[in-house]
Amino acid sequence: MMALVLTFVLAACGQSNNNGTNNGGNGGNTTNNATQGSGNAGGNAENEGNAGANEGNAASELSGSIIASGSSALQPLVDQASRKFMDENPGVTIQVQGGGSGTGLAQVSEKQVDIGNSDVYAEEKLDADKAAELVDHQVAVVAMAAVVNPEVTVDNLTKQQLIDIFSGNVTNWSEVGGQDQAIQIVNRPSSSGTRATFETYALGMKTEDLQGSIQEDSSGTVRKLVGETPGAIGYLALSYLDDSVKTLQYDGVDATEENVANGTYPIWAYEHMYTNGEPNEVVAAFLEFMMSPDVQEDDVVELGYIPSSLMQIERDQGGNVTEK
Amino acid sequence: MNAKLADRIATAIIVAVSGFIVLLLAGLLGYIMVRGLGHFSYDFLTSPPETIRAGGGIGPQLFNSIFLLVLTMLITIPLGLGAGIYMSEYARPGKFTDFIRLLVEVLSSFPSIVVGLFGLLVLVNAFDLGFSLLAGALALTVFNLPLMVRITEQGLKSVPREQKEAGLALGLSKWKTIRSIMLPVAIPVILTGTILAAGRVFGEAAALLFTAGMSSPRLDFTDWNPLSPFSPLNPMRPAETLAVHIWKVNAEGLAPDAAEIAAGASAVLVLTVLLFNLAARWLGRFMYRKFTATK
Amino acid sequence: MAQSTKVQQPKPHIAEEWVGRVYTGICIFILIVAIFSMVYFVASRGLRTFIGDGVNPLELLTGLKWNPGGEPALFGALPFIFGSFSTSILAALIAGPLGFCAAVFMVEIMPGFGRKFLQPVIELLAGIPSVVYGFVGLSVIVPLFRDIFPGQGIGIAAGALVLSVMILPTITTIATDALAALPSGLKEGSYALGATRWQTIYRIVLPTMLPALLTGIVLGIARAFGEALAVQMVIGNAPHIPRSLFESTSTLTSAITQSMGNTVMGSAHNNALWSLALILMLMTFVFVFIVRWLEGRSKI
Repeated sequence: MMALVLTFVLAACGQSNNNGTNNGGNGGNTTNNATQGSGNAGGNAENEGNAGANEGNAASELSGSIIASGSSALQPLVDQASRKFMDENPGVTIQVQGGGSGTGLAQVSEKQVDIGNSDVYAEEKLDADKAAELVDHQVAVVAMAAVVNPEVTVDNLTKQQLIDIFSGNVTNWSEVGGQDQAIQIVNRPSSSGTRATFETYALGMKTEDLQGSIQEDSSGTVRKLVGETPGAIGYLALSYLDDSVKTLQYDGVDATEENVANGTYPIWAYEHMYTNGEPNEVVAAFLEFMMSPDVQEDDVVELGYIPSSLMQIERDQGGNVTEK
Repeated sequence: MNAKLADRIATAIIVAVSGFIVLLLAGLLGYIMVRGLGHFSYDFLTSPPETIRAGGGIGPQLFNSIFLLVLTMLITIPLGLGAGIYMSEYARPGKFTDFIRLLVEVLSSFPSIVVGLFGLLVLVNAFDLGFSLLAGALALTVFNLPLMVRITEQGLKSVPREQKEAGLALGLSKWKTIRSIMLPVAIPVILTGTILAAGRVFGEAAALLFTAGMSSPRLDFTDWNPLSPFSPLNPMRPAETLAVHIWKVNAEGLAPDAAEIAAGASAVLVLTVLLFNLAARWLGRFMYRKFTATK
Repeated sequence: MAQSTKVQQPKPHIAEEWVGRVYTGICIFILIVAIFSMVYFVASRGLRTFIGDGVNPLELLTGLKWNPGGEPALFGALPFIFGSFSTSILAALIAGPLGFCAAVFMVEIMPGFGRKFLQPVIELLAGIPSVVYGFVGLSVIVPLFRDIFPGQGIGIAAGALVLSVMILPTITTIATDALAALPSGLKEGSYALGATRWQTIYRIVLPTMLPALLTGIVLGIARAFGEALAVQMVIGNAPHIPRSLFESTSTLTSAITQSMGNTVMGSAHNNALWSLALILMLMTFVFVFIVRWLEGRSKI
């Protein structure tokens, strides 16, 4: 049964390329459904279908479908960009799904989806041989800042102070120059990509979940709890910062876009869009579009990310920073 | 004297507790409505959500919830009716029937998150449905099936024995008796139960996080061809329902009015469930009168 | 099939009979397949922790440290198990008496008013979606507890309170049904002997309906045990056994929802989450068996 659907999809994909932008006609509709119909398998079969048909097709007439899944933090950006891309290329359909970085990486590795969105390097989640098959596309940079309850009087924390707080050595704000109040940690679950970034670049070490600390996976809840709980400390992506929480300096450096771009503020990470092997034409065109000024200077900025093009430095997975 | 005093005190406590429960619900509903209704408008109910700007609506989510409900019920009702009829009319008392009964009971108490995970593993990944409305509907079917079976059984049990026997005595087959004599009589009970079960589908979120997904692709509300990818009727698209949207907006919302949207959506959700409840009651009573010719 | 068509001509209702049998049979078959495949798939994933990753089941059940990403990876799920049991049992302790009182009110004290007014109210409580409960819990109960009690307001107490409202309808409905099913002679006999209403309820009604009330409570606990989103929003999710009712802790369900999407299917961490789901599922079986046992003891 599945095999039958698959062959049908293959045939349909080829046909869809010939049909070009035909969406209203009956043939076009069946085609699209076939790709949809087998869900993720459609995306899989797609690669071959497109590869076959591309030879005889002008590059401007893009058609096909893309399924992306993964990081819920990256989802709004990809979603917004995909709508623009579909407006420009009516023959292309893009589905953007959430599910978390782990899900996205696993699905792209299994070729269930075309693009796996992730907050972290694939090597951190997948086995080395599986991660090696994936091609990384770093589409944006997300920076994070330590935030505290507005009533906390501390404005700046050094790396060592943060380590002490998040490893439980310091439990009162008076020990780091604040008022006499117990520190309440609002952390992320240990599987979270945001936490991995914070631990790697702000603390430089892994920490354990402390007794009495709060673990929330979602930025909104973290912001709410930090804003409401006396003595609370947590960390948020810059896009989530607002007046309900107080943003701290890190080693005396403000968490601003410029400081991230010129390399003085280290707590940031790339947002990755992984493909399994080199992408096919449609996926490549979409990824190219993601890097174009249309998206980078507009949606990326609007959603609170930092465009990769602004970055004056590069950082590899080992954390080695080089000038661009 | 002492016993009478104890009786009065106990009665007072019981009345007080019951009053407290009513107040609790009133407070709960009041809180949700007061916070949510201020955000109500035609725009809010129909426009698509915004990622970052204020003023997003819940149109697609509301549609998804209703569509998912219809899909789920399309699968659940025939299956549940059939299984319920089997359990009540065809199953011979014995070990096997007891065993099935046990299974139904177990299935009905499975946590929805386990159902969701099963959906993720089998429907989304193994059957390659992806995060889709269909996967969500199938997971919810698993979730609702035992309820439907129980409702059908209850409904059929409520049919007077004489009516059933009269049908059989007329020489009708058992199936014909069930279909044309027993089911119509049982329909008020079944319908009421079904609507209440539908309310559950409407509010379910945990199982859908892993099956229907948390994203809502662009919908073209002028395209009603269920095969086209942007059509609202396409069952293979990922869809975020209202309940999941509340969860997501509350957790990840970037829009400045995220809290109001969550409150507004909660109010819509509760109102809808309320409507379901009222409809179930009204319809049940109406059908009962119609079929039994009382009053 | 061939046989049935042959008989079909003279006696159409036999063929009709077959339609009914086959159709209902298929339905029940699908139901059985659904549940068996569910048990099979969850178990096959959940057992990988022990078989593939070499974790001792005893370690999972009794270990106090949960750090699947750490070096060495630790899979102690006792804090989650403790959290699940404590929140759901506490919730039942709150909701049980409330449900009993509501049932007595509806059946014994003011049947007309109770049935017309209180019952719809309680059914409505059952209809409110769990995300809404979580939302209200996070915006009302947590800040309230934070102000009144030491601690951050989140924790077992907040979780149990939210859950108690959620399971109240289950308990009340079952208790009401049991009360209404009591033979009226039982109560009338007691009244005839000169007993007050409370004496009758306390000495006659309560002992007789106790198994049914307990059934309701166990079903309530089962529902609370499996509730995910509402609890996750108010419990804090630290993988530790808390020192007080107002300290962050986790339940089995909250641990699963927190990390399922962030981990890769097949990794040790992910498998461990499936093991938690397996524990949830096994507990469902336990609850069902307790309910069956209680029903067997029912005196009504």
